[in-house]
Amino acid sequence: MKLKELFVSKKGEEVPLWKAAFSMLLTCVLVVLFFWVSLIRIDYAADFSFLPDFRQRIWSGFWMTVLISVASMLLSLALGILSAAGRSCRILVLRYLCSLYVTFIRGTPLIMQIYLFYYIVGTAWGIENRFAAGVLILSVFEGAYISEIIRGSLLSMDESQLEAARAVGFTKKQTLRYVIFPQMVARTLPALTGQFASVIKDSSLLSMISVIELTQAMREISAGNLKLVESYLFLGVLYLVLTLPVAFISKRLERRFQYEA
Amino acid sequence: MKLEFHGLSKQFDQGRVILQPMDFCDEVHTLAIIGPSGGGKSTLLRIIGGLLPPSSGTLSINGEELPKEEEGLQRYRKKLGFVFQQGGLFRHLSARENIVLPLTKVHGYSETEAGKRADELLERFGLGADGHKKPAALSGGQQQRVAIARAIAAKPGILLLDEPTSALDPEYTTEVLDIVNELKEEGLDFIIVTHEMGFARHACEKAAFLCEGKLMEYGSGSEIFDAPKSEQLKNFLGRLLEWNM
Repeated sequence: MKLKELFVSKKGEEVPLWKAAFSMLLTCVLVVLFFWVSLIRIDYAADFSFLPDFRQRIWSGFWMTVLISVASMLLSLALGILSAAGRSCRILVLRYLCSLYVTFIRGTPLIMQIYLFYYIVGTAWGIENRFAAGVLILSVFEGAYISEIIRGSLLSMDESQLEAARAVGFTKKQTLRYVIFPQMVARTLPALTGQFASVIKDSSLLSMISVIELTQAMREISAGNLKLVESYLFLGVLYLVLTLPVAFISKRLERRFQYEA
Repeated sequence: MKLEFHGLSKQFDQGRVILQPMDFCDEVHTLAIIGPSGGGKSTLLRIIGGLLPPSSGTLSINGEELPKEEEGLQRYRKKLGFVFQQGGLFRHLSARENIVLPLTKVHGYSETEAGKRADELLERFGLGADGHKKPAALSGGQQQRVAIARAIAAKPGILLLDEPTSALDPEYTTEVLDIVNELKEEGLDFIIVTHEMGFARHACEKAAFLCEGKLMEYGSGSEIFDAPKSEQLKNFLGRLLEWNM
């Protein structure tokens, strides 16, 4: 009975800290053990000692990833807002263009878009800077998802709030500024922050067009010394360093805005 | 207030008729609109409040015609206070901000004046300690009291209330109706859509019975409740009494 209590949470109970810590530790040990055994089974002696030698390249790849992600996030936010608004535009060509954009991008893999845009559109229109091309492609991709997030929260905007805004005498502009905008922010911010984690991860695919971001840096290093396992393990850790705080912030925002949206 | 409308009707785009053309003209301080659900009560109140354009007809309050264009409507709505059944408070704002924001942005109060007015009203309605709370943290009765405070903050000529107690427990219903009654005694005119027949009868000067989109009967409390003329009103009142103590 006592032993079982250590592992099982009571129905409806908030798990006490010591219990959570114990099980969390156990989980980590199990996961590490699994990979450890896997390495032993393929008879692989992991050796991370080469990493410090490549400090410089890894560091600059890391910053490139951060830079691309931040730039893409800003640009994709703009694209997302514009296309979400465009989808209820009364100029039909614009409306259908925005729908087509979101449908096409969400329905096809990023890697295909990267090749298509970089080698055809990029070459045709003379976008040769890989960084700029990478940011553009990634923004177009993420923008379609952000468009859906924004459109979803626009559609779920409660009619009663808009009616209340009219009833207190707000003009359309004031309604947008004092009611719709703050409620949209409260509703979309957690999801948008979560999307930022996706941007960081998806930027790794830009290695396909040789943008030397984190993944490409690691690929080049491991191609030289054949330390594939170590390189990619460390790569995973570096991505977690970026995505975990973002996920944490997203969770916090979600809790904070729970009652406001 | 002098309320007057002629040939007023409303049908929605799909052709569903909510209000048949109706006429009304009277000088009245407090008016209750009663009737079965779906009879067009809320629609009529929204038209009077300038929130919903009528399909036809004219309407005027105290001689001022209901404007047709948006700018005129904004001026028109500024002179009224509106309380909704529920969900009328801005949920991203605290109770106090709900009152302050329209005062500063619509009625030209300074931040300090508006804050003072909000505190005074919150205090008066027994919400002095709850001003910082968001609507979700308030009970239904508290929310409605805040909604009434917001609606009367800018001292409107007329208060319009759309079933302000329908979503409330009986105990909260009383506290909200008490406030409305208190405001009446201070001389505020109001029109209330309500299912609280006791309130309609005793607290309101006149009552209008709306059924199937028609204004079936209109008169004083005793005329409506003691001597109903139409079958529909007799039926309606009879059903209400079925489970009375």
